[in-house]
Order: sequence, then C-alpha cells, then structure tokens
Amino acid sequence: MSICRSLTLLLIALFSLLSLPATAQEDDPGKALLINLAEAPASKVEEAVNAIVSSGDERARGWLEAYGNNRLSRVKDTGQVVLVLNNRGRDWEIADPLTGENMGEMSRRELARVAINNRIRGQLEGILAMLDLNAKDPDVREASAQDMMGKVDASLVEPLEAQLAKEEDAAVRNRIEEALAIYRVGEGNLEAVDVLAGSLHPRARAALNEAVRGDNEALAQRAARALESIEQKLQLNRAAETLYFGLSLGSVLVLAAIGLAITFGVMGVINMAHGELIMLGAYTTWGMQQLFPGQPGLALILSIPAGFIVAATAGIIIERSVIQYLKGRPLETLLATFGISLILQQLVRTVISPQNRTVVTPDWMSGSLVINDALSLTLNRLYVLAFALIVFAGLMLIMRKTRLGLEVRAVTQNRAMARSMGIRATRVDIMTFALGSGVAGLAGVALSQLTNVGPNLGQNYIIDSFMVVVFGGVGNLWGTLIAGLSLGTINQLLEPWAGAVLAKIIVLVFIILFIQKRPKGLFPQKGRAAEG
Amino acid sequence: MSLKKHVKLGLSALALSISFNSVAAEDPIKVGILHSLSGTMAISETVLKDTVEMLIEQQNAKGGVLGRQMEAVVVDPASNWPLFAEKARELLAQEKVDVIFGNWTSVSRKSVLPVVEELNGLLFYPVQYEGEESSENVFYTGAAPNQQAIPAVNYLMNEIGVERWVLAGTDYVYPRTTNKILETYLMDMGVAKEDIMINYTPFGHSDWQNIVSDIKRFGSAGKKTAVVSTINGDANVPFYRELGNQGIAASDIPVVAFSVGEQELSGIDTGPLVGHLAAWNYFMSVDNDANYDFIDQWIEHTGNDEAVTNDPMEAHYIGFNMYVEAVKKAGTTDVDAVKDAIIGVTVPNLTGGYAAMMPNHHITKPVLIGEIQDNGQFSVVWETSGLVAGDAWSDYLPGSRDMIADWRKPLFCGTFNTATGTCGASAGELAAEAE
Repeated sequence: MSICRSLTLLLIALFSLLSLPATAQEDDPGKALLINLAEAPASKVEEAVNAIVSSGDERARGWLEAYGNNRLSRVKDTGQVVLVLNNRGRDWEIADPLTGENMGEMSRRELARVAINNRIRGQLEGILAMLDLNAKDPDVREASAQDMMGKVDASLVEPLEAQLAKEEDAAVRNRIEEALAIYRVGEGNLEAVDVLAGSLHPRARAALNEAVRGDNEALAQRAARALESIEQKLQLNRAAETLYFGLSLGSVLVLAAIGLAITFGVMGVINMAHGELIMLGAYTTWGMQQLFPGQPGLALILSIPAGFIVAATAGIIIERSVIQYLKGRPLETLLATFGISLILQQLVRTVISPQNRTVVTPDWMSGSLVINDALSLTLNRLYVLAFALIVFAGLMLIMRKTRLGLEVRAVTQNRAMARSMGIRATRVDIMTFALGSGVAGLAGVALSQLTNVGPNLGQNYIIDSFMVVVFGGVGNLWGTLIAGLSLGTINQLLEPWAGAVLAKIIVLVFIILFIQKRPKGLFPQKGRAAEG
Repeated sequence: MSLKKHVKLGLSALALSISFNSVAAEDPIKVGILHSLSGTMAISETVLKDTVEMLIEQQNAKGGVLGRQMEAVVVDPASNWPLFAEKARELLAQEKVDVIFGNWTSVSRKSVLPVVEELNGLLFYPVQYEGEESSENVFYTGAAPNQQAIPAVNYLMNEIGVERWVLAGTDYVYPRTTNKILETYLMDMGVAKEDIMINYTPFGHSDWQNIVSDIKRFGSAGKKTAVVSTINGDANVPFYRELGNQGIAASDIPVVAFSVGEQELSGIDTGPLVGHLAAWNYFMSVDNDANYDFIDQWIEHTGNDEAVTNDPMEAHYIGFNMYVEAVKKAGTTDVDAVKDAIIGVTVPNLTGGYAAMMPNHHITKPVLIGEIQDNGQFSVVWETSGLVAGDAWSDYLPGSRDMIADWRKPLFCGTFNTATGTCGASAGELAAEAE
C-alpha cells in the first residue's frame, strides 16, 4: 500500500472533481479524515494520509500542502482541525480547512501542530510536483519536472509517461525524460544511461555513480563511460565557476577598498574608521527598509544615494573635527581614527542594538542565473559585481573629467603650488574625504546584501581594504581594481585545496613577500608626485 | 564618670553588634553575572544577562531565598577572554558574590576556570560545549556532545538514511573537538573515510561560494548527504543565504546545526531555509504551558513583542532554579555546602520534563531535533524517548574513554581514570597549563 499509488488515484480524482464547488455540510467526510490524521500516532500517519489521498476529495491538495508546511493544527479543547494562516506572535490567524472560512485569531496555547516527518514530506513533495506538471506556465512545469528528478518511483512512471506524451515544450520534455531515466538506470536499463550521459544535473550524476557501484557489470561500464564524458564538461564549468567566485569576492574587496584608495591613497590619511563608514552605509539600507516596509527593492535603490549622503556627512564631520588638526602626523591620525571607529561601533550598539539587523534581499536579487545544471551564477553577487564596476567607473570619471578631480590631483601633487594657483586646498580636502567616505557608504549598501549588518561589519573589512590598497599601489585607482580582483581570484583558487583559513594566510604571506620586493605596490606612482 | 563612659561604650558596642547581626541576616544574596555586553559576543550574551536579571526579579517577588533578597552584580568582560578571568576575580574577591552565572565561548570558560577554583566560587555555564571537562566549581547546564551531537547524527543516520557526511565548523576548540568525536563515532558506525568531508572556516566568514559549491559536488556522489554544522555565530547567515542562492534545498542536502537557534534566525530571512535542522534541548516553539509562561514573562521583561527565547536561556532558567533549591536544601549560601547539596537536585525544565544535577556536574536533558519554519521558529520533528544525562568525558575519544567525573565523596574527582585508578589534575589546572 504505497502512498504514491494512492496519490496517483488522487490525481485522477482531482481532475474529475475540479469543477465541483466546495461544500460545507455537517457530516462532511473531510472532517473525519482530518481528525483521523491529526490524532494518528506516528506509525499510523502514513495510513491517515493514504485515507485522505484515496478519498478523492478536491480539497485534499490544499490540506496536504498545509500539512507539509506545518500549517495544520488541532484545537486542543475541541479536537477540531484548523488551517494556520499566520503563525507569528502569540495569537495565530486560523481558518476552517473544510470551507476556507477565516476563523479569526486563536492563542497558540490552544493549538497543537499536526506533526509530520521528513519521509512523509518527501512523498508529498513528489505528488505536489506531479500536480504542477499540468500548470499553464512552462517554467512552472519545468521546475516541477526538475523536482521530480530522483523522486520517481514505480507508481509514478505511468502518469509521468502520460505527461510526457502530451507535453509540447522541449525543455520540459527533456526534464521528464531525465527524471524517468534516473529511475530506469536504478532499474538496470541500459538505454537510460545514454539519456543521462549529456546531463549535468547532480541527481543524474548521483544515479550514474550508484550504477557504477552496482552489481550489473554492463550497466556499470556504460555508466562509467557516461560519467567520464560528463566529467569533462564539468571541468570547464568548474573553471568558469571558480573564476566567477574569484571575481565576485574581488568585487567585494574592490568596493570596500575603493573609498580608502581615495582617502588613504590620494589624501594620505590613514583612516581606521573606514570600516565603520561602510557599516553606516549598511545600516542606512536597513533604515530605509524600515521606512518602506514591504518594498525592499525600492528601499535598496533609494539606499544608494542615502547611504552615500550619510557616510559622506559622517566623513565631513570626522575630517572637520579631528583629521584636519592632525595633518602630516600619520601616527596620531591612525590612533585618533581608531578611537573614532570604536566610538561609532559602540554608538550603533547603544542606539540601535548589539544584535545584527535583518536586511531583506529583494526577490529580483535572490536565487541564481542558471547557465546550465552545473553552472549557475548567484544573482546577489552578480549585482554586486556590476555595482562595483559602475562605482569604479563613476569614480574614474570624477577624478579624470571633473573640476573637483583636477583640483584633487593638483592638491595631492603639490599642495603649495596648487594653493598659489587659487585652489582652496581646505575645501578640496573636505570634498575628497567626503567622496571617499561616501563611496565607503555605497560599499556598505552593497555588502548589506552579502553579509551581516551588525556593529562589527566594518572590522571585518578594514584589514582587507588596506591590503588591497597597499598591494595595488597607493594613490592609484586602477591598481586598486586590479589588486582587488586578482586577490579575490587567488583566494578562491586556493580555497578548494587549502581550506578557507589557510587560503587567507597564504594570500597574506604572498602580499608581505610582494611588498618586500615592490614596496610601492603593483602600480607605483611615478614622477615627482611620488616623492611629494 | 569613667564607669559611665565605659557603660556607654559597651552599650553602643552592643547596639552596634546587634544591628550588625540583623544587617547580616538581611544581607542580599549576591549573584554575579559574567556575560559580554560589548564586542563580538554581545549579540548572544546580552540576552543571558537579561534572563538572569529577570529570574532574580521573580525570585525576589516570591520573597527571595531563605528570607534574603537576591541582588545582581553585573560586569562586562567585553568579549575579551583574559578580561573574563579578571572580572571573575573582581566578582569573587571584591564583590564577594555567592554565585556566578556566565560565559559563552569555551575559551572564556577556560580562562575563568583557574580563578573560580582558586577562590572557590560557583559558576553556572549555560551553553552547549565540547565536553572533556568537569570542575568542582562549575555546573554545566548546557549540552555535552552526547546530549546534542551524537543524537543528531543518529537521527540523520536512522531516520533520513544519510551515508555521506560533511562536518563544517568554525575554526576553534568546540567545533574541532565535536568533529573529532563525531568522526570517530561515524567511523565506528562503519562510515568510510572518503564519505566524510571536514571543513573549517574562520570566525565571521562571509564568502561561502566555494565551500557551498564543494558541498554540492560532494553531495552528488549518489549517496544521501547531510551537513553537520558547528558554524558559530553570525557566519551562519551568509552560509544559509548561499545555500539558498545555489539552490540546495533541505530535501537534497539537509543541514543540521548545533549553534543556530532562534536568536540567530531572527537576523535572517528564513524563507529558503525551511526544512533545515537544528539539534537543541529546548525550542521556543515547544508546546508547553511552562514554556509559554516563560515566553510571556520574557516578552514583558524586555518590552519587545518580537523577543525570542533560546536554549542557553533555558539552561540559565534551570541553573538558577537549581541554585535556589540547593541553597534552600543546604540552608546557607556557603559554597561548599551548596556544592554538596546541589547534586541530585531536580527542577522542572521548560519542555515539560525535569532536569537533575548529576554527580559529574552536568544535567539531564531531552534532545530535540527541530526543523526551521518560515516564521523563524523550529518545529520539533524528533526527540529522544527519555532524558539523556550529560557525559563529561566522551566515549569516542581515545584519551577520555576511561575518564569519569564524580563530585560525591569519596571519589570527589573530575578527572578520574578508571584504567589507572588515579585522579588527574583539576580542570582549572589543565586550563592554566594549556595557556
């Protein structure tokens, strides 16, 4: 008596009953079925689910879905089974599963969840995916066919084949064929191996691996050959994947460091509070999401200018109140800004919370861009990579093409000369520091999508930022870009065989050695400006 | 004249001594709280300070203990391990506290150990830890590995049918010891070496792309794979986010975590995590009136409707009540008397059962496996049939197999080797040596 066989029955029943209206009678058979499920001891759950499935009730799908999602509860006093619509807080919103009628709120003390285990859930998922194979949207059909991979058993073969016969979309057909082939390879079917030979899907590989280990020699040989050809394709994908990982880590490093490349690289200020300016940008994103509840995407886009302004303002305050008095005294600047960083951290802890804040990732940034089954690029990192390049391009434009950029370059090359030409050096200092700080704020906005937004956020990036700037060559934006991307790639290349801890150490040792050889970094400044 | 003066003096001395005595009788019981309120660990430890303060308030409202009120003495060791030792010394030597509730990380506990042993204090430690320790002066109210890790692995092996294992952890003593125990245990159970992948990452690791992709690859070898995670603190958030983004669902490769609780989940969108697992001895969602009362009190105390409770908070709840019961039983707050009295003390826990203090200074606990739900809570999918007594010395490590701890006389030893019949150095001495 397998659940799946009965589920097949349900499928048939569902299609024949779809048009019937919902009924709410006193002697509704559904009521007994649900109570039976809710009160079943662990060993009888399967039977109770079976009973629901084979009843052919058109509401069964909704019940099973709710059951799988832990949303089916029993009222302790009356024994009535209810749907939990919202299980946040102390009072839960509930509805009647028989009529769908909203029953208002009930204290969670009075509700007992109908327990489910993972085995039953796995079977439920299989059948729900089966139902989705009839959806109108081919994407939904493809996704559910993909869900079926590895979940097909004897009872599902027939309905799947029927599905395959009427399916027109090529991609969906492919998936269903693969799903069937995975089952058939398990059954010892030789042709099925060839169907899987072109597939990069992990489940297909898992099935072939199992076949190689199995007793059937002909099958094992064929599977081994198929695996070999898959392995070759995978190599290429893996290389591409590692490169992407590297560029993505690199883009984070570039973003974190590029603001510092301006304040430290161009102005020569060792700003230990740089990390905290990043943190301010991240908290701005959180704040904006609080201002626009339910619209994380809009809030995130608005955070880009807001984060820039907040961090730039903080930068101006720091410059005016502390740094301007410490010009040309790097050691004192270092200590003073380190103090500022501690103050800012504790300020956030006291005013907001020592706990991390939740920053929601908008839907269009979650998930991944699927190139093929073995290679998918995570969207949030893809966006951050693009954002880093845009910020870099923007900064290059400002430094090369605007009056501010010209003045900044003039002041850094020869302060006295620039002043005598009528440039207000103090104003340029403020603007430069504000620009660097604002860019740090932008980095914070991006990082809020990748890492934790908490008081320690800045601490995690300050060392990396200095590392990138020094490696790239102080005072050179291109250097920062190249250094960030290459350090990220080196790190990710090392990680698979050295481990995350060792990879970091190796990169640091490499930089120490590199700096010994070339103290001015990858792209040292040349000419008289370098000595200034 | 001089006689009168003498009488006067004598009288006032008498009055003074009387009033001094009565003051002594009403002297509050001082409870030291040694939790970080700033620095990295503040995220986890601040709520524990608040929990103890709430428990003290409630006890005082009930009339205190032995007719004496209780008073909290709060210090901030600032997530700085050596500072923990200094602050513990300050609590015991200057403030003369009767008991300390504190610590989170193992390294901070190791730093405090020599001090509480030297000054003969009492420390209640509320967090799950790696075991291999039992001190005369410390009461371990969190889980030992046999109360969390081993049952969780058994669940995966027997209920889910896992055959391939990824042991992923943060690089420090708790994950390393736990993983060593688990590796030995798995090999004892017949798992091949190539079916175990071990991976360590630094604290606060945020770039999980490569590791998650490795796990995905490791999981496509045709055997059911699971990740046993001892990843600590907020590094979990980007880890789970990466799992979600790379499309690893709980039904493909379930992750069972030992350090992810309600507190950690409150900083994350749990949508993609639904179905991943955690092993604890308490969940906020446990359906029990004692638990609901505790949650209501906690929400009232914090004034935050969204406030969550977690396992270490329950451990403090148990530890605090055990201390109160032991003081009542002993009739005094004298440290040695309380130490004797507390063994065998039984108090209700929040999951509907009872916790008893064992002679090895660990307690009995139920083990629960919970599944992450979309509301940031866990739903219990499995639990041990009875209570599990904490084992100070693991049976799965070569060095500790023969060790036992028993703080009753005549044995009175935390490092007794049954093979040689000798008592080793105390936990504090071992910790001091390791430094």
